[in-house]
Amino acid sequence: MMENKEQKQKEMSPEERIKSFKEVSLGYTKEQAIEEAKRCLQCPVPLCEKGCPAGILIKKFIKHIADEEFDLALKVILEKNSLPGVCGRVCPAEEQCKKKCICKPAININLLERFVADNSEKIVKNVKKTGKKIAVVGSGPAGLACSSELALMGHEVVVYEALHKPGGVLTYGIPEFRLPKKIVMDEANYIKKLGVSIKLNSVVGKLFSVDELLKKHDAIFIATGAGLPYFLGINGENLNNVYSANEFLTRNNLMKSYKFPEYITPVKRAEKTVVIGGGNVAIDSARVAKRLGSDVTIIYRRSRAEMPARDEEVKHAEEEGIKFMFLTNPVKIIGKEDVEAVRCIRMKLGEPDDSGRRRPLPVEGSEFMIKCGQIIVAIGQGPNPLIGKTIDLNTGKKGNIAVNEKYETSIEKVYAGGDIASGSATVINAIHDGKVAAKEIDEKLKRG
Amino acid sequence: MHKIKEKKVLAEKTIMMKIVAPEIAKKARAGNFVILRIDEKGERIPLTIADHDLETITIIFLVVGRTTEDLSKLNKGNNILDIAGPLGNPIEYEKYGTVVFVGGGLGIAAIYPQLKALKKDNKVISIIGARKKELLFLIDEIKQFSDRVIVCTDDGSFGRKGFVTEALRDLINKEKIDRVVAIGPPVMMKAVSDVTRDKKIKTIVSINTIMVDGIGMCGSCRVRVNNEIKFACVDGPEFDAHQVDWDEFLKRNLRYKEEEHECMLTKNDGK
Repeated sequence: MMENKEQKQKEMSPEERIKSFKEVSLGYTKEQAIEEAKRCLQCPVPLCEKGCPAGILIKKFIKHIADEEFDLALKVILEKNSLPGVCGRVCPAEEQCKKKCICKPAININLLERFVADNSEKIVKNVKKTGKKIAVVGSGPAGLACSSELALMGHEVVVYEALHKPGGVLTYGIPEFRLPKKIVMDEANYIKKLGVSIKLNSVVGKLFSVDELLKKHDAIFIATGAGLPYFLGINGENLNNVYSANEFLTRNNLMKSYKFPEYITPVKRAEKTVVIGGGNVAIDSARVAKRLGSDVTIIYRRSRAEMPARDEEVKHAEEEGIKFMFLTNPVKIIGKEDVEAVRCIRMKLGEPDDSGRRRPLPVEGSEFMIKCGQIIVAIGQGPNPLIGKTIDLNTGKKGNIAVNEKYETSIEKVYAGGDIASGSATVINAIHDGKVAAKEIDEKLKRG
Repeated sequence: MHKIKEKKVLAEKTIMMKIVAPEIAKKARAGNFVILRIDEKGERIPLTIADHDLETITIIFLVVGRTTEDLSKLNKGNNILDIAGPLGNPIEYEKYGTVVFVGGGLGIAAIYPQLKALKKDNKVISIIGARKKELLFLIDEIKQFSDRVIVCTDDGSFGRKGFVTEALRDLINKEKIDRVVAIGPPVMMKAVSDVTRDKKIKTIVSINTIMVDGIGMCGSCRVRVNNEIKFACVDGPEFDAHQVDWDEFLKRNLRYKEEEHECMLTKNDGK
């Protein structure tokens, strides 16, 4: 038997891609998808499925691809995940399904998921209505996953979204070149076709209180995400051209300021940009700044090994000419009106801290300056506090909404999930929360 | 989509619109603002809710840049794509005694709902001002809810000649004032803050920063108050004037001056 080879997806060349916001990874062709699917051993006990937070029947959908039954493959995925085009692109598969795969190299399950999402039509099935009505607050991954599950169970769902576009972080946070907004809108539209109504520009906590929603609905799922940007708390942080990553990304992704002045929201284009942080948000910010024509350096206080960003993202950033300075921490931002430079200090790694990673410690006398015209602070986000200010929900240390294993909050009929409950995590974890919460809500409603 | 029910030019470059938005109107309180986006390529800008009834909210804006110019071209019957609100914290309603409202330029529109709300329990003195007569508006409405109104113009073309701050200084030298609310151009609010600081009169300003989402997500509107970073959109927009870092605020508010200019140029090129 001929051995099938791992199929690599095509990518735009680094030279080409830094000139545009077009998607970098081009996905599989039909032939590639079939070849890759044929590599799957169809294990009697598919371990990959244990690695999928959404519980997709991976073995089954891959078999359909190998048999060229793409519509059936998509149907299998949609039973567990309403956002396959999103997940196929942004899931850290190497830490999940692919990690459990026994093939060497592992089957590119995420790329197969993406292939069927992009190339097959999502069929909407009719379900019997239960007459129950649920409000979902926030249309990010947790909110969309929860609402689609609930709709498939026959419940009436209204999603309240504060911004003018659905998708939450998928829309305002993750850049176009990594997750095209057309994909997000298409999947949101599919969820609408399931019967979910998405009410935009509706700020819960302002336009409607949770109490008001409770009067009109049988349950509420709060999924307002990690929308509060953290700042460094150092001198000069409010100088002009110091952005939170959230602001920089929102301007570019939601408001399309990279197309300024065609789109009229402005964003600064600096000759030199320094991005502070080591997560995916830092990498996304750096790659956006690069595409706006900037020379970009990422500074991170620990070493490469501790970076929380996905390897693939780091690799893409390096290919695009983004520089990394590890074991470097900012101490002061310098400038008059606009940023002119950032003073940094070298760090060394000490004993492991609470996160299990070695704690970075400053090296005395090692301060130095980096000249730059723009700084993007990407050191993490906290839970959005807007809702918490208007209702008396129990919260955790960092202000996240406290939930039990059933995603129930301290108020009856009010559930919460995704980053607002767990802190800052991944898209797929949020989807998992949304799905499980939907199941819990459904069971509770059935019990009455 | 929100329909424009009424449009009126109140003064030079100053336009009032009543917009159909019943859900927002129902919740609107004095001090709240909305974020609106005219069309698909538009930016999100914050505007104070100047008034509301059961069906509509009233906004008043000065044509100063690209978005306000585009907005000024819309007429009765046209639609605005997105409006989110009511945002920000409403003002505190209390019995203070004598409250002086200082409204400069477009700030006149922002003090109106506030003095209307506070009139019942307080003595209200309003000082309103603009560069010249042609830029003044809402005088009759403000008179209706004030015990006394002092109108100033920089050039003396109407009312008292000079800045609102001078009128305020004269007033507080003569009378006991319990609270001052000042809304207008940042330099005016800073000047008012300086006038009342020595007299230790509690002074509230409404900070008109550059915003994007308006719901506490981006920090574009951050301002230093009592040496802490506050987000004007969710922690404000009203702050104690004597605690605001004015120099930093003034600098931050000019950060897109060049882009604003570029945006107007491309528009005028007909692109």
